[in-house]
Amino acid sequence: MSERTLTAPRPNPETQAFWDGASNGVLKIKSCGACSRPHYYPRAHCPHCGSPDTGWVETRGEGEIHSVSVMRRGEGAPFAVAYVTLAEGPAILTNIVDCDPDTLAVGQKVRVVFKPTEDGAPPVPMFTPSGD
Amino acid sequence: MSLRNAAYIAGAFEHPTRLAPDISTPQLHAECAAGALADAGLSLQDVDGYFCATDAPGFGPISMIDYLGLDVRHADSTEMGGCTYIAHVAHAAQAIAAGKCKVALITLAGRPRSESVMRFRPGAPEQDFEQWVGLTNHTSYGMCAVRHMHEFGTTSDQLAWIKVAASHHAQHNENAMLPKVVTVEEVLESPMIADPLHRLDCCVTTDGGGALVVVAPEIAKSLSRPLVALRGAGEATKGPSGGLGLDLTVSAAARSGPAAFAEAGVRPADIKYASVYDSFTITVLIQLEDLGFCAKGGGGKFVADGNLISGTGKLPFNTDGGGLCSNHPMFRGGITKVIEAVRQLRGEAHPAVQVPNCDLAVATGIGGSLGARHGAATVILERQS
Repeated sequence: MSERTLTAPRPNPETQAFWDGASNGVLKIKSCGACSRPHYYPRAHCPHCGSPDTGWVETRGEGEIHSVSVMRRGEGAPFAVAYVTLAEGPAILTNIVDCDPDTLAVGQKVRVVFKPTEDGAPPVPMFTPSGD
Repeated sequence: MSLRNAAYIAGAFEHPTRLAPDISTPQLHAECAAGALADAGLSLQDVDGYFCATDAPGFGPISMIDYLGLDVRHADSTEMGGCTYIAHVAHAAQAIAAGKCKVALITLAGRPRSESVMRFRPGAPEQDFEQWVGLTNHTSYGMCAVRHMHEFGTTSDQLAWIKVAASHHAQHNENAMLPKVVTVEEVLESPMIADPLHRLDCCVTTDGGGALVVVAPEIAKSLSRPLVALRGAGEATKGPSGGLGLDLTVSAAARSGPAAFAEAGVRPADIKYASVYDSFTITVLIQLEDLGFCAKGGGGKFVADGNLISGTGKLPFNTDGGGLCSNHPMFRGGITKVIEAVRQLRGEAHPAVQVPNCDLAVATGIGGSLGARHGAATVILERQS
């Protein structure tokens, strides 16, 4: 079984704070100053109301599995692809790691764990069962 | 402006190839164009509108119009993934209704088995947040199936019935990639690709293509082909909406379908034949619910026990074998959905799968990634005398 290569993210001015947070072990999302709704993936504008008045929010890095599918073929298989609904509201597309993928289920509690990428780029937010 | 009777599909052609190592992709487009125009009784010189998407090489319509030798006054390169060509039918009707063209040619072709192909342009806004996840269509649609099973108790057996029905139809299609009839057990015993989707829950990968000719009413009536009218159309897109709008059990067809039915002034119960995009078995089940053939969550029971098999079931679907068994050229099944609906409405489907008195059909599709961002397009087509 070969390890899957994690494509390095390339921070830009719109997303730099997210990746700075990731490098410090903090999962950040954005929230809108106009409509108060959070969103992920982070944008300069609010995808719910269009306002440019968005700001960064640190999450607790906790959530639960909304859905999960285990890829059985190709590089790095098996690996689990999932949507995790964060405690703060938004769903995040991610991987569930450091566990037996056959034990994963909808509704399972998970917490964020950052995994290194290629070439010293910022780490990416994956999740692992939190055991409670 | 209603599109009802605004345009007619006068020509339809599906390339018979499923593996094309020795023909260029532009030539494959040209052969499809020639086939559809011959079917209509028209020529390249009659075409004054051209429609293609990113499967067309080079600069899209600019390259292809020049390559084909067309002289058009309207071009459209709308891109909605695999369902694009269903949307193109509606867009052609819009252009015809607006007086922008009278004979619209739509082509699709590609050779993913024979050459490296570009499926989408890099640099999407979500790229840095999702590329490392390793999401493919298998896991994307797999997550939709998992969630549908979680919420509604849908089973792998029920999904397998969709493949079984497609295979019953494919046995009569001499060009089908997988003409063998399969059982529910064979689907469930095929290797797991991405839970809960087995290999036989997935569509084929093929080289190939197809083309359509959409014409103004007066031109359709001057030709010798049966009249297949556009009666209604709808399109929509859907995504995670910032993470607050995620609902993996509902597709954009929940908006494109009702819009098409409303424009057509008909109901799902009136439909005699359905072409339903079948990239995976779950794709069909979710669209059938979203179009209103059954309630949300009732798709599993609806598709079970052969209900989609022509001659025995209540809703004959994908009588060519669909993407699951026959053809999914360039990873894009939209055009073959329209082509088989046209065959059915003309009475030109294989006799073993032809629906009697087929005068009203739907063709519906999903493009992109159902579990991430996708589009949907639906057309209602009617045979007129």
